[in-house]
Amino acid sequence: MSDLLDQDVAARVLSRALANGGRFAEVFAERRQGQSLTVDERRIESVQAGAEEGAGVRVVDGNTTYFAHVDGLGPADLERAADEAAAALRGERSEPRPLRAREVTPLPIERRPEEVPAHQKAELLRELDERARAKGAEIAQLTASYAEARREVALANSEGLFSGDDRTRVRIGAQAVARRDSTVETGAETLGAHRGYELLEDDPGQIAEQAAAKALTLLDAVDAPSGSMPVVVGGGFGGVLFHEKTGHGLEADHIQKGASVYVGKLGERVAEPLLNAFDDGRLPGEWGSDAIDDEGRPTQKTQVIEDGRLTSYLYDHLTADRAGVASTGNGRRESFRHLPIPRMTNTYIAPGDATPEEMIAEVSNGFYAVSFGGGQVDPATGDFVFGVSEGYLIEGGKVTLPCRGATLIGNCLDALAAIDAVGDDFFMKTGICGKGGQKVPVGTGQGHVRLRALTVGGTAR
Amino acid sequence: MSELSAVARRAVEAATAAGAGEAEAYVSREVGREVRVHGGEVESLTAATQSGVGVRAWIGHRVGYAFGTDFSEAGVRAVAARAAEAAAVADEDEFASPPQPAEVEALLGLSDPSIGEWETGRAVELALTVERTALAADERLVGVETAVYADSDEQVAIASSAGVAGEYETSTCYAYLQALAEGEGARETGLGFGLARGPRGLDPEAIGAEGAARALEMIGAGKPESHACPVVFDETVAASFAGLIGGGLSAKAVQRGRSPFAGRLEAEVASPAFALHDDGRLPEGPASAPFDAEGVPRRRTALIEDGRLVSYLYDTYAANREGAASTGNAARQGYRSLPSVSTSNLVIAPGALSLEELLAEAGEGVYVTDVAGLHSGVNPVTGVFSVGASGRMIRGGALAEPVREFTIAGELVGMLGAVSAAGAESRWVPFGGSVSTPPLLIAEMAISGS
Repeated sequence: MSDLLDQDVAARVLSRALANGGRFAEVFAERRQGQSLTVDERRIESVQAGAEEGAGVRVVDGNTTYFAHVDGLGPADLERAADEAAAALRGERSEPRPLRAREVTPLPIERRPEEVPAHQKAELLRELDERARAKGAEIAQLTASYAEARREVALANSEGLFSGDDRTRVRIGAQAVARRDSTVETGAETLGAHRGYELLEDDPGQIAEQAAAKALTLLDAVDAPSGSMPVVVGGGFGGVLFHEKTGHGLEADHIQKGASVYVGKLGERVAEPLLNAFDDGRLPGEWGSDAIDDEGRPTQKTQVIEDGRLTSYLYDHLTADRAGVASTGNGRRESFRHLPIPRMTNTYIAPGDATPEEMIAEVSNGFYAVSFGGGQVDPATGDFVFGVSEGYLIEGGKVTLPCRGATLIGNCLDALAAIDAVGDDFFMKTGICGKGGQKVPVGTGQGHVRLRALTVGGTAR
Repeated sequence: MSELSAVARRAVEAATAAGAGEAEAYVSREVGREVRVHGGEVESLTAATQSGVGVRAWIGHRVGYAFGTDFSEAGVRAVAARAAEAAAVADEDEFASPPQPAEVEALLGLSDPSIGEWETGRAVELALTVERTALAADERLVGVETAVYADSDEQVAIASSAGVAGEYETSTCYAYLQALAEGEGARETGLGFGLARGPRGLDPEAIGAEGAARALEMIGAGKPESHACPVVFDETVAASFAGLIGGGLSAKAVQRGRSPFAGRLEAEVASPAFALHDDGRLPEGPASAPFDAEGVPRRRTALIEDGRLVSYLYDTYAANREGAASTGNAARQGYRSLPSVSTSNLVIAPGALSLEELLAEAGEGVYVTDVAGLHSGVNPVTGVFSVGASGRMIRGGALAEPVREFTIAGELVGMLGAVSAAGAESRWVPFGGSVSTPPLLIAEMAISGS
């Protein structure tokens, strides 16, 4: 384990945290380091580096969590956090269990990004810039960014757990602007993983070409149609549709507050039998993977939909405790400055047996949403909305014109039940998910998926 | 000189010692608390302190940035050295140079002492009152997902080798809830919120009642038919759109060809009914401060007047590119980020009509009370948008049945041209940045439902 948290100090801090009572206490220590840079207007800029360290202490008493966080990892800092967390409690001292160290093997990092000279990262961005612009004179702008982040975490709790993890993520992104006369369009692509610089050994420059190709395609786009129609969703980031419309509603905090349309649906049929879906925090190297969650529980593969039936919610420690089940290893937090809450890791629809070509050929008039800019859901009502970043018309079983300005809108339960084909062309993509003011890296994945009907809100008049 | 200013001075000296020709340090310390309640109980109580230093270093016309949380001699030296190292990686940019010092007029009253005076128990009671008020509103109000009270007090200090030096203290405080109503076989949510400099400025009963009313009025909502019609935006929706417009008025976006307002200075971009300005010194503005994130004095900047685009928003770098002056619109997400152009307090000028009169003027249309998917449904470069919406139908000039699961679509500049009236009463809304806006009547928009 790292030097972040000494076992004796941790035991003392937990004891102080429980000085005024409480049934559970935890200290979470973290060191964060990162570097990022950008190329814009063909210049390397926004070169920055950061280093932060601090700790959060929480005490749980009844249904109430008391939380305090501080900068710094010195024993005095940790004790101050413990005292602040305990300050509002009025009970009798309770005793933490003795700590037992649990060894964790962090995900392997072959090439530490902080050991790669910054100039090499700048060269990579210059290559992205060149490759995008080489796609044609209509590429007017290219912005690309590189970011690496390392989070070393260590934690101890009053149940005797003493553990830690060391996480490194690397991600690059490219956004192209294409211009023809007065028409301006954009295209974006990203590549990221819970891996080191080795992620970028296999032709990362192609994401710039892909971003440029998307922007160029849209120059010929027509305004998107409006109305309810069959929709075929692309693989990879198309999985964000499942992430929003189902994944969030399965997070146990929403369930326990009655603020999810999936309340009381466990064991029930919610989709066609062809649908199987998982949350898996152990997928090797994936963007949303970690060895343990932010409460020290080993991450796991959880089947949430089996043959169309809802089989599990996603739990952190406290919601699992309340439900009398085991945590599914979904207790995640953005940093030591945040409380852990149930969050997705890598969420995906398992591959089916249809091919994308077959799925499209069966649609006489519909919409093909290849990729999304993002989406949003209100888990309580189930209403969701997605901005389509690359979309096409389907006419007579064939993909025809590209469309701009399409949004997909619907309700979770209807849209999940409307899935009538799942493709065999499975892959994963990266996303940043926001919930309760906290952003965490998540993976989304699927092959092509078809929905019988969904509302497309376009700009065509 | 405060402790924070001393840290800033030390960081600037360390950066120049590490090879930077010029350097600037931004130091902040924030003390805050948050109370979340659910079901009459405290769900979580958070006490937070966070502080850090960010150093911007120039080597010639190359810029680098680094930040850290360690204020010790060695810690500050390490941050300063990393900033200088980062500058060596950046490309030359002839317009990159440190802001020059300017006279800063003091701005008092940004920090409300009631934050420190209110003990946590009283803050908890405020949050519980928000929840209780909502639950008592109606039997169809079945729950509150969370009711939250939060406050924070932030001290900021800045110093640079060019001679910039300043500090200020500001406090913010807010409460909100997400109320849940049930009826006609569906569940509806309603947001209520309030913001102020300190807890004594909040009205918990009004916040709870707003959340309840918003949830209750959505019961029985159906999908509207697709058509084009007049639309009234409530203040929260108008503010969200104002934020998008403010982003497009950033000179950085304009200079890089990534704004629908590029090349439109002095041109007609809105109807005369829509006037917009940015004011970083309004005493009641949540984003107000005496100076911006690089020490340049905050000020008032007219943006759209009489339908014409009269100015963009500038930080020092964007201003250097045009030989213009900064409008004091450099902003940061705390010490972790480089300054960049952003709005401070955006103000949409109120008009003459009450909400009832706006609805009467609309006749047959839709009153939009919520929009979703703004981060993915809007193309910031072109201004083309299609976003999810919910609200009420307007029939015979008055509010009628609730509607949801539809989209509103258009293009930002075209939409501004179609604003036919602004309401008389404005409200501060924390969406789209910090925005003061009345409701707005748009003559026609495309609605896509069933």
